[in-house]
Amino acid sequence: MIYEVFRQERKGQPFHHAGSLEAADHTFAETYAKEFYGRRGESEALWVVPREAIIEVEDFADELNRNYHRVDGYSLKAKLKEARERAGRALVARNR
Amino acid sequence: MNEQDVRSLLEIADDELILGWRDSEWTGIAPLLEEDVAFSSIAQNEIGHARALYELVARDLGTTADELAFDRTPDEYRCSRLVELRLPDWEKTIARHYLYEEADAARIERLKESADPEIAGLAAKIDREEAYHRIHAQMWFDRLKDEPRFTVALEELRLLLDSGRDEHTPALSELWEEMTMVRRSQPAGTKW
Repeated sequence: MIYEVFRQERKGQPFHHAGSLEAADHTFAETYAKEFYGRRGESEALWVVPREAIIEVEDFADELNRNYHRVDGYSLKAKLKEARERAGRALVARNR
Repeated sequence: MNEQDVRSLLEIADDELILGWRDSEWTGIAPLLEEDVAFSSIAQNEIGHARALYELVARDLGTTADELAFDRTPDEYRCSRLVELRLPDWEKTIARHYLYEEADAARIERLKESADPEIAGLAAKIDREEAYHRIHAQMWFDRLKDEPRFTVALEELRLLLDSGRDEHTPALSELWEEMTMVRRSQPAGTKW
């Protein structure tokens, strides 16, 4: 069975994926995980998870290309430039 | 350190050194990569324990750990027959590992009670690493306990526990040849 191992470097920090290992059961997985990711004092704690227990999601439909849902879909830079130009024109008009 | 202490520390040190060498024969060819790393690390620990024990005895005898480990003749070693055998079958290796850890635990426990604080301290240190070896041995025992090849190996090898300390098999001489080859190839007095 394949297990995925997540490692916490210091207390309070988030767990990051460290790697995977093959083991016959949970006990072997725990022992091997300690051996691979914990014996040199490099980890505060480990999460050892059977790969099949992980729900993998990778299909993100965006058929209509509604890019305003995404961070990169809304360019603040362009909007700012536009607003500045508008403000500049208004100022010129008022001073006229 | 009295004569009895020297004797029993050398027995343990020799057991650990020889077993460490035998276990390290699995490096690169263990049943799976994860086990290869785990078992190699156990082998390394055993040799580390041997070194610490030799150092303690060496100070008392006015010699060095290396000289005790490598410059004696094979018949001067005090290891048991159990550890000197070459066991190219995984189930036999695990049977030996299990039997050894069980017996070693009792021995280390006695050493922790030693009146000599240095011996007791070292035993406690070694025991903390051996605890991990025992978990490893137990986990394999649980997995193989219903396999006839494993149970037969356990029964056969159990007879060799603590045996043959005065008289060794040719397996030890062969191992000694390999183990000391590099050291013997250099002129006497070489600083390592």
